[in-house]
Amino acid sequence: MAAVSGLVRRSLEQVTVREAINQGMDEELERDEKVFLLGEEVAQYDGAYKVSRGLWKKYGDKRIIDTPISEMGFAGIAVGAAMAGLRPICEFMTFNFSMQAIDQVINSAAKTYYMSGGLQPVPIVFRGPNGASAGVAAQHSQCFAAWYGHCPGLKVVSPWNSEDAKGLIKSAIRDNNPVVVLENELMYGVPFELSSEAQSKDFLVPIGKAKIERQGTHITVVSHSRPVGHCLEAATVLSKEGIECEVINMRTIRPMDIETIEASVMKTNHLVTVEGGWPQFGVGAEICARIMEGPAFNFLDAPAVRVTGADVPMPYAKILEDNSVPQVKDIIFAIKKTLNI
Amino acid sequence: MRKMLAAVSRVLSGVAQKPASRVLVASRSFANDATFEIKKCDLHRLEEGPPVTTVLTREDGLRYYRMMQTVRRMELKADQLYKQKIIRGFCHLCDGQLLLPLMQEACCVGLEAGINPTDHLITAYRAHGFTFTRGLSVREILAELTGRRGGCAKGKGGSMHMYAKNFYGGNGIVGAQVPLGAGIALACKYFGKDEVCLTLYGDGAANQGQIFEAYNMAALWKLPCIFICENNRYGMGTSVERAAASTDYYKRGDFIPGLRVDGMDILCVREATRFAAAYCRSGKGPILMELQTYRYHGHSMSDPGVSYRTREEIQEVRSKSDPIMLLKDRMVNSNLASVEELKEIDVEVRKEIEDAAQFATADPEPPLEELGHHIYSSDPPFEVRGANQWIKFKSIS
Repeated sequence: MAAVSGLVRRSLEQVTVREAINQGMDEELERDEKVFLLGEEVAQYDGAYKVSRGLWKKYGDKRIIDTPISEMGFAGIAVGAAMAGLRPICEFMTFNFSMQAIDQVINSAAKTYYMSGGLQPVPIVFRGPNGASAGVAAQHSQCFAAWYGHCPGLKVVSPWNSEDAKGLIKSAIRDNNPVVVLENELMYGVPFELSSEAQSKDFLVPIGKAKIERQGTHITVVSHSRPVGHCLEAATVLSKEGIECEVINMRTIRPMDIETIEASVMKTNHLVTVEGGWPQFGVGAEICARIMEGPAFNFLDAPAVRVTGADVPMPYAKILEDNSVPQVKDIIFAIKKTLNI
Repeated sequence: MRKMLAAVSRVLSGVAQKPASRVLVASRSFANDATFEIKKCDLHRLEEGPPVTTVLTREDGLRYYRMMQTVRRMELKADQLYKQKIIRGFCHLCDGQLLLPLMQEACCVGLEAGINPTDHLITAYRAHGFTFTRGLSVREILAELTGRRGGCAKGKGGSMHMYAKNFYGGNGIVGAQVPLGAGIALACKYFGKDEVCLTLYGDGAANQGQIFEAYNMAALWKLPCIFICENNRYGMGTSVERAAASTDYYKRGDFIPGLRVDGMDILCVREATRFAAAYCRSGKGPILMELQTYRYHGHSMSDPGVSYRTREEIQEVRSKSDPIMLLKDRMVNSNLASVEELKEIDVEVRKEIEDAAQFATADPEPPLEELGHHIYSSDPPFEVRGANQWIKFKSIS
C-alpha cells in the first residue's frame, strides 16, 4: 500500500490553473497547425494575465496574434477564419468586453451551422476570465454564464481547477463547434495536483459531463467555477457537524449534465445551487426548473435553494464587494436552511 | 454588307419552311471577340487603375448574358412568389420592381467573372444572385425561399442564409459580414494558397464601426481582402446624403487604396475585380472597390420604394443603365451575337426559372423531425426541447 501511494505521489504535479490552460493550448497548437490564438496582448505581452506566456516565442507571429482593441472586429475575424477552415482561439481580455462582440459570438458563430442546414461548421473557441475579480468594480465583474448558456448552438464550459482547465480547453479546441470557455481570474494562480493521467497530451475532460467532487448523502450542492472551492470548504465545515454534502462541479454550463444532478438529488433529497452570477434568470434558476420537470422532483424533501451573487452591479469597497458574492458562510447557511437545521 | 443582305433576302424568300431566324443564324458567322471601351475608375491612393478597354469573347458574353438574365428572372420570380405569399418573411431582391427591372445583376456576375471558383465571397442579406453565381442552382435557391426540404439550407435558413462552397452567405446582421470576410482572408493568407476574399457590404452598412475595425486589421496584417461597397444610394429608406458625412465610399478605407467602379457595366466590374484580385494576390494587402449601382426595387418586398424618392428618378435611371441591355447592345452591335440567339437564351432561362419555381412550390416542407437537427457539428445525437417539457426533438449533426 505504501509503495503504491509513494508511486502515486511522485507522479502528481502541482500545476496552477494558469499553467494548465497554457499547457492545454500549447499541446493543441503543437498537435494541429490550424489552431491559432488571437486577442489583445496575447503575443508579445505573454497575455494580460500571462495565460499565454511563452506561446508567441514558440509559435511566432503567424499563430499567436496581437490584435488592436477591436473586440467586434477581431471576434468577427476569428469567426470568419473558423468558417474558412482554421481553428481559432479568440481571447477576450475579460468576458465583459465580449459584450461588444456578442453579435459575432451568437449570430455569426452559434447559429450558423443550424441556419445553413448543416453546411457550415464554426470550430472556434472564445476564452477569457469571467465573473467577479477583486476590486475591479461593476463594469469588469459580470458573469456571463447565463447569457451564453441561453443560446442553442453554443457550448459553454466553466472550469474550476487545473484538471478542468486543461482538459476542457483541449476539448474545446478539438470541438467542431463554437465553445465559450469561462475562466476565472482569481483561480489563475491557484495550484492543484495534476495526476499523471491529466498531464498526458491526450487528456481531455468531456464537454457536457459534470463531476462529483465529493460524495455525500444529506444534500446535493451544485456549482461551477470558483464557487466549487467554496462549496468544498463549506462541506468540510459541515462534515464536522455530521452533515455530508455531495458537491457537484458542473464543468459544463451548456449542454448541462442534469442527469448527474438528478441522480444525486434522488439520493440526497435536498438541493442547493451555488453560482457567482446574478440570481435572476441564472444558472441556478435553470437547474431548479429542470429538477421540477424531471424525476428528481418527487424526491425533494424541501424546495431547492439558490446561492448567487447579490442582485446589484458589483460595488467597489471591499466590505460591499465581499457581500456581493457568495461566501462560505452563505453556502453553509443555505444548506442548513434547506435541511431545516 | 449589301451582298450579304441580298443573299439573306434570297434565302428568306426561297426557303419558306425553315424559320427565318434559324436560317439567319446558320448562315451568319460571328466575331470571336470584340474590344470595348469602359469607364475609367476613380482612384484613391493608386497610381494606376484597371484598363479602360477590355476584350469580350463571344463565349464569355453569352455566358454573362445568360447568368444575368437568370439572376434577373429568378429575382422577378421570387418577387412574384412573395406577392402570392408563397415566400414568407424578408425577401431582399437584387432586381427591380414594376415593369422593367434594372439592377445589380452586373455586380454578382461581373465579380464572379473577375475571380476564380477557388476564391471566396461573402455578402449581406441581398444574396440570391451571389448564391447563384457561386454555383448553386435556381431550384435550390427558390426552394430555400419557399422553405422546402429541397432548399439549399434544407429550409432552415431562408432568404438571408444560403451557403455554398467558398460562399459564406447570406448574413442578416448589417455589417457583421465584413469582419467575417477579413477573417476568411486571414485564412487565405494562413493557408498560403493565393486565394482572395471578396467582402461585400452596402452603402448603408458602410457606416458600421466594425467595418473600420476590419479595415484596420486587414491593412495591418496585409490580408488579401477586397472590400466591396455596393452603393445603390439608399440604405433602406435613407439616401446616402442623409446617412454619410462622406459619400466617397471608395475613399473611406483611408489608408486602404480604393477604386470607384460603374456597377451597371458588367465589363467594368469584371476588369476592376481582376485588377483588385491581382493587387491582393501580390501580397500588398487589402483594397476597396465601390460599385455604383441603383436599386430599382424597394429595400425589400414590403417597401414599394417610392415614399423616399420620385418615380421620375426611378424611370430615368432605368431607361439609361440597364446592365443587361447594355451587354446585349454591345454584343449585337459588335456581331458577337444575334438578337435572335439572345432571345433564345431568354426563352431557355424563362423555362429554367419556371421549372425551378414549380419545384419550389411543389416540394414538401422539411419534416418536423428535422426541427432539432444541425445544432452542433460532428456530435452524437441528443435531444432538443420543444415548446414544453414533453415535446422533444432528436438532434443529429
